Amino acid sequence: MAAIIYVQHVHKAFGGLRVINDCSIQVEQGSITGLIGPNGAGKSTLFNIIAGALPLDSGRILLDGEEITNRPANELFHKGLLRTFQIAHEFSQMTALENLMMVPPAQAGETLFNAWLKPSLVTMQEAEVRRRALEVIDFIGLHHVRNELAGNLSGGQKKLLELGRTMMTDARVVLLDEIAAGVNRTLLGDLVTNIERLNREMGYTFLVIEHDMDMIARLCDPVIVLAQGSVMVEGSIEEIQNDPQVIEAYFGAAS
Amino acid sequence: MNELVFFINNVVIAGSVTGSIYAIGAVGVTLIFSIMRFAHFAHGDMMTFGAFMVLLLTTAFPGAGAAIGVPTALVLLPLAMALTALLAVGIDRAFYKPLRAHGVKPIVLVIGSLGVTLMLQGLIRLFAGTGGQSLYIDDRKEIFRLALPFEGARAPVVVTEPQLYLFVITLVAVVGLHLFLSRSRLGKAMRAMSDNPDLAQASGINTNTIVAVTWVIAGALAAIAGTLLSLDVTFKPDLSFFLLLPIFAAAIVGGVGHPYGAVAGGFVVGFAETLAVFNWSVLLRPFRDSLPEWLTQAGNLAFVGTEYKIVVPFFILVVILVWRPTGIFKGKVI
Repeated sequence: MAAIIYVQHVHKAFGGLRVINDCSIQVEQGSITGLIGPNGAGKSTLFNIIAGALPLDSGRILLDGEEITNRPANELFHKGLLRTFQIAHEFSQMTALENLMMVPPAQAGETLFNAWLKPSLVTMQEAEVRRRALEVIDFIGLHHVRNELAGNLSGGQKKLLELGRTMMTDARVVLLDEIAAGVNRTLLGDLVTNIERLNREMGYTFLVIEHDMDMIARLCDPVIVLAQGSVMVEGSIEEIQNDPQVIEAYFGAAS
Repeated sequence: MNELVFFINNVVIAGSVTGSIYAIGAVGVTLIFSIMRFAHFAHGDMMTFGAFMVLLLTTAFPGAGAAIGVPTALVLLPLAMALTALLAVGIDRAFYKPLRAHGVKPIVLVIGSLGVTLMLQGLIRLFAGTGGQSLYIDDRKEIFRLALPFEGARAPVVVTEPQLYLFVITLVAVVGLHLFLSRSRLGKAMRAMSDNPDLAQASGINTNTIVAVTWVIAGALAAIAGTLLSLDVTFKPDLSFFLLLPIFAAAIVGGVGHPYGAVAGGFVVGFAETLAVFNWSVLLRPFRDSLPEWLTQAGNLAFVGTEYKIVVPFFILVVILVWRPTGIFKGKVI
């Protein structure tokens, strides 16, 4: 299988603190790759660098062979690289449905020219986007709150909305940043099922940061362990769990 | 009846004029705030710049309006709007964008905009001089006197031509902006960015485009406000600068970041100003016989003297913020 994301020798420091230190990872096309590591290992920083939210100091990042180093997030979005946020983000003053309808790229209404001169085309596309948003909101089980302001949803529902956002467009790679945090067990089962379905049926590749080891074990293969800003071990969950280095650094006290 | 006419002339019309200008100015200020999260102090001088462009263009083509029977200044206003929009985008590129790129706190941008204020004002003074100049170069300022169809109404309602244009243009600008923000994809993207800029960018919205569009709208509106103000009075390099504080008061009263709030705030502040300096004794004159003497004998029953007019917006500001801390419309995002 070919790697869809290549991170090559990335360095990043905040002041004197070297957070990412010569880190190189690969995410295989069609995989659900887990990214774990102790607090402060640089997981979220690496995520933000890949997602275009943070500039890197040196190194490069390839998406499907194309260099995307330091490209802004909105450009990556249109190339099919989507992300969710560790703390769920939403457009608080719009309804859940409107939140989803904000997402689709390259709508005709995007340009002033079309918005003013071809209103019928815009209306038609709106209707199409709306239909898709309704499908997605059914899929993530938020149909009953679709007309509520997104700011009023619960933390778990916001997380579901984040996942829904990634389903509004034809994504290739989705970066999930602690999607399970703050979500109850039942909802978590739904989330995992949805992620697996998206992976299997739509061919999404996922890179997942997660602290919930059950979820990692159920979902991810391979798993990459990050420690002190670089890759410590990489392999299947069984290999990781039996690796003495990992046991010491990560599972340490527990085992 | 003459008292009623006096009231219409001095409160209804005068208040609407001030209110319209504050409203258009405050909408620009509020849009910039909701997208870039800083108070843009150079807005008054962007208004002056727009009026100055009209002055230059009118001097260059004094006969342009006569052909279609509209004041030359208004015919050339769209061109001045485009130039001011260009200036606004240019100022952003040159001064504010580098600051944003460094991730500075909003207060640094505010101070930067204060620098831009001084620079713009100096430049305009350099070219336009410090005195007042009429924007009516080759035309005549029409004054309409409408007699009221009432018994005993001898004095007419007086509206000048620029005031009529001001009302029409304000209405068109507000309705147009409403349709833009609520209907167009770009307007919705602006709402999204004012709500959550990170998420907007992660949803594929090009935030640089949104910033540029915001400056274009703010610049064009500033040119409208500055020009209509100068048409109503005269062009002076510091005329709009002195309106900056009431305009900010209007934006805050309406709920900062909320365009409809800014319009409402503009009219609230405008009418409060005119009502505060209005001499109420004139209205009491018909009821002279039934009122106590101390009330009818007073020559001037205005709440405050004209020289204290500038205080009124801030009084309103304090009152409204105590009653409703986030402004009339609970602003924060568009």
